[in-house]
Amino acid sequence: MISGEIALYLFMLAAFTGHEIISRVPVILHTPLMSGSNFVHGIVLVGAMIALGEATTTTQQVIGFIGVFLGAGNAVGGYVVTERMLEMFKSSKKEGAK
Amino acid sequence: MDKSALLQHAVHASYFVAAVLFILGIKRMSSPVTARSGIQWAGIGMVVATIATFFHGSILNHPDVIANVVLMVLAIGISTLFAWVSGKKVAMTDMPQMVALYNGMGGGSAAAIGASALIGAATVGSATAPGHHALGTTQIALAVIGALIGSISFTGSLIAFAKLQGWMDKTFRFGGQQVVNGLFFLSAVGLGGALLFHLDTTIVIAFFAVSLLFGVLMTLPIGGADMPVVISLYNAFTGLAVAFEGYVQGNVALIIAGTVVGAAGTLLTRLMAKAMNRSISNVLFSNFGSGGGGSTEIAGSQKPIEAADAASLLYMAEKVIIVPGYGMAVAQAQHKIWELSQQLIKRDKEVKFAIHPVAGRMPGHMNVLLAEAGVPYDLIADMDDINPEFATCDVAIVIGANDVVNPVARTDKSSPIYGMPILDVINARQVIVIKRGKGAGFAGIENALFYADNCRMLYADGQEAANRLIAELKGIDSAGGH
Repeated sequence: MISGEIALYLFMLAAFTGHEIISRVPVILHTPLMSGSNFVHGIVLVGAMIALGEATTTTQQVIGFIGVFLGAGNAVGGYVVTERMLEMFKSSKKEGAK
Repeated sequence: MDKSALLQHAVHASYFVAAVLFILGIKRMSSPVTARSGIQWAGIGMVVATIATFFHGSILNHPDVIANVVLMVLAIGISTLFAWVSGKKVAMTDMPQMVALYNGMGGGSAAAIGASALIGAATVGSATAPGHHALGTTQIALAVIGALIGSISFTGSLIAFAKLQGWMDKTFRFGGQQVVNGLFFLSAVGLGGALLFHLDTTIVIAFFAVSLLFGVLMTLPIGGADMPVVISLYNAFTGLAVAFEGYVQGNVALIIAGTVVGAAGTLLTRLMAKAMNRSISNVLFSNFGSGGGGSTEIAGSQKPIEAADAASLLYMAEKVIIVPGYGMAVAQAQHKIWELSQQLIKRDKEVKFAIHPVAGRMPGHMNVLLAEAGVPYDLIADMDDINPEFATCDVAIVIGANDVVNPVARTDKSSPIYGMPILDVINARQVIVIKRGKGAGFAGIENALFYADNCRMLYADGQEAANRLIAELKGIDSAGGH
């Protein structure tokens, strides 16, 4: 378990990172950003797995099952569509395009 | 250190590795050259974290470990199959709704984590099994906030999906809607607040019912052109919900990944709203586009043009800028438009694509379609970069875009879209608008561009128009043009 103080630091640093890494956003990058970040929060799958793994009642198992199902859909679907979209991005110049 | 403690350290270390890979992955996605490796890095992080979780202490040391792990594998298996197949076969034009759907699933998953934690804590006292550890007030509060945001993102995204998929009437409004929505929101907050003082299963159920319903109600009145803002907002919501539930579980991977996405998503949402010159709350709570908005009458008439004449204009041009909008997606005309562009490039003309940030139904929608057709990304220009270039361009072709090229946004203070940043297509020497009919845009506002002296209307379906232009261009060649 993480202490409240450390959690707060984590939150601040992560929020800052999220803001920093996409400070300048040309239109062409809206796609990977939108779809890629949609994939990244698929990490919720891990949390749902733990929730299901800790379940002791049938109710919790049902909720956990739904959670894992939804979380896996987010992660897998998010990855597949992002990869498909990014695969198509190409430059007209062979090399050296920034 | 004994073996099982070592294993747990390894599990937690893998979460940290995953979080770092996510951040590096998103960073790499901020350049088109490295974008593809970026998603792969993030993907590796996801696989590492998922596999490690099977060895997590609270799963391994549970009396029902076999049953729970079987359920886990089953849920992951079914869901992966569904998501893999649907993600692989969806058409590029339908990407916005799939992104909305997967995002909503993430929100629902975060809400489920909250539900499991709250219900588990509510049954403490009647049971003493390991899953039922008591939660502190802070953890309850965080679980409630995460569950509320996650629930809204879940049902809200599902409604957005249904709308984009065409399963549902575009907008749904009734008198006093905002009051009703406001009451629902307050009830959700009230029930959530009550859980801090009295953790009771009935209240937990009521809280979730109201939260889920609020997500539906909130999204019902929002129309198609506002979808880029909404999808982006719910993406940020899911990120935040994941972060909050991460705190409840004390899981670093969820906290970092969720917060990064929440911050990045909020930034993107604000960017989208700014591109419409509206605040986020205005998008969510005002019935834009229903107010008639018919301000000043526009003098003059729309002047039609035949494909043959349009083709000769293109033939004479040196610089052509193409402005695509949602209409191009509807007509699936992106391939034909690129074919037309290639014909122009072959004749030594400079061709560029100008994209408005909110063109289409999700952030980056147009990029995807153009990329699918094979347009290299260095031909695609930002609004700010391309706007000065319209003055030096011979022909601008507008296909399926409307409000984002309407000059009244700059000139008419009484117009509902006044102040919205637009593409200055009107500055081009000649404008050709490819459009199926004479209707107004999403905002219900007449487009002054269509009445301008330098504008000609080519009334046709997008694909058909591009086909005719290509044929006419070739015709000029064989007739020995120049």
